[in-house]
Amino acid sequence: MNNTQPFIEFRNVHKSFRDAREGRIVHAIEDISLEIDRGEFIMVVGPSGCGKTTLLNILAGFEQPSAGQVLLEGETIDRPGADRGVVFQEYALFPWLTLRQNVEYGPRERGISASSIQEVTERTLRMVRLEGAENRYPHELSGGMRQRAALARVLVNDPKILLMDEPFAALDAQTRARLQREVAALWTETRKTVFFVTHSVEEAVLLGDRVIAMTTLPGRLKADVRISLSRPRDPTSPQFNDHRRELEKLLAEEIAAEGATADGF
Amino acid sequence: MSQTSLSKSVRLAPGESGAKQGALNSAAKQNLVRLWRLARRVALPAAILIGWEAVTSAGWVSSASLPSPTAVAFAWWEWIFGPRQALAWYSGTWGLYVFMSLERVIAGFAIASAAGVVLGILIGWYSVMEDLFDGLINFLRAVPMTAWVPFAVFIFGIHESAAIFLIAFGSFFPIVVNVAAGARQTPRILIRAARMLGTPPGKLLIRVVLPASLPAIFTGLRVGLGLAWVLVIVAEMLAVQGGLGYALWSAYQFSRLDLILAAIASVGGLGLASDRLISLLARRVLRWQTGSTGQ
Repeated sequence: MNNTQPFIEFRNVHKSFRDAREGRIVHAIEDISLEIDRGEFIMVVGPSGCGKTTLLNILAGFEQPSAGQVLLEGETIDRPGADRGVVFQEYALFPWLTLRQNVEYGPRERGISASSIQEVTERTLRMVRLEGAENRYPHELSGGMRQRAALARVLVNDPKILLMDEPFAALDAQTRARLQREVAALWTETRKTVFFVTHSVEEAVLLGDRVIAMTTLPGRLKADVRISLSRPRDPTSPQFNDHRRELEKLLAEEIAAEGATADGF
Repeated sequence: MSQTSLSKSVRLAPGESGAKQGALNSAAKQNLVRLWRLARRVALPAAILIGWEAVTSAGWVSSASLPSPTAVAFAWWEWIFGPRQALAWYSGTWGLYVFMSLERVIAGFAIASAAGVVLGILIGWYSVMEDLFDGLINFLRAVPMTAWVPFAVFIFGIHESAAIFLIAFGSFFPIVVNVAAGARQTPRILIRAARMLGTPPGKLLIRVVLPASLPAIFTGLRVGLGLAWVLVIVAEMLAVQGGLGYALWSAYQFSRLDLILAAIASVGGLGLASDRLISLLARRVLRWQTGSTGQ
């Protein structure tokens, strides 16, 4: 593979849309350029409503940039695809399918043979520790199990990149901590590229190789911090807290700036 | 979201000693509660029947103006099991008439369901289809179905097709409107999920919109089926021969109130049974559903 070509590249990406209620143009993202290497664990943090989810949606192909482009292995992304698995905060499992059917959905859509579907499904269910619950419907699963199922459903497709949109925000603290550990372990094992959006600085430092901090609207890149702590990380260590303090400070500036503009209106 | 289901079991009294004793007590209590509830359920219908029988047998109303329940039962018996004779529509024809009405309901309802589900999904999903059909459907829906009877007879004559047209046309509207509303409310996030799992845009309708609309489809089918029974009676009274509606009208013309009541009870029973059938089917198909459609 060409070494000069980045794995993922955001090239001067802008995104604006019309706020239907207020009837004005909102600039969600402004001039974002970013390169991501294969196997990197990228965390995107920013104040709420800063356009970080928009960034993820563009990478997923759900939304098109107003200007600029996003490339995956040199090819422009213009639609969703199974090579980019998305884990949503709201799980978004198909409620009419059992857990197993939800996991099998992707392979079936891609026309994989029945025997390999079964094999890869079993393996993925084991990986996320959901064996035994295969025949339950999503409403019969706990929040943590649903999010594991949502993870399994995209892992089974062996995507090039995993997009996670505040996946643990709706979970209770204990479940969140456990899933964070599991995702970290999973990444150590598979070295899959992860693009993870969160509003929690602690989560960002806990999981990421690199933390991208965004400004308040319009969302621009504020900082790009490398976290080189060894894994598994200890949230109580001084180094962890140094990173955390640095990022919290950056974020606090943005929240203050937002307050200032709001007052200026 | 917690999914604990609260059973309606009787609560154990606090301080009850011995698990076995408690379980026995509560089982016995549960049976008692169940019996009591059954008694409450049949109380009102039973009271009406007994009161009616009492009023008529005491002679407070003449049997000509209101037949007693027993008289209705005897007339019904003859209608079901009596010998078949020429011109005696009231003897031994019940089974045939039930079959005829059922056949019309099934034919009309099948057409309405197929057309209503397909068109409803398309209207709910494609804005072009919505723009094309919305105005027309809302206008036609505002016309009471009985207003179409003269039109149907004019076009189809006194013929099966007139009845089937009325039933199909009438029950189509609640189905199409419900299905379109359901399809329109397909959560966007499920569409996105399907897309990122590899579903091409052309297959979203069948993979996501249709299953997501199933609860609304069953709501529409249930309303539509109820209307189909209304319309089969109307059609048989006015537009075709044979069937329970025809029996109702003939009984009226012969001043047979006992048979009118027997026919009403028959229609009620069939309507209730078909409604039970469809809600049973819905419960099976919608096993995946909780109180809310979303998650």
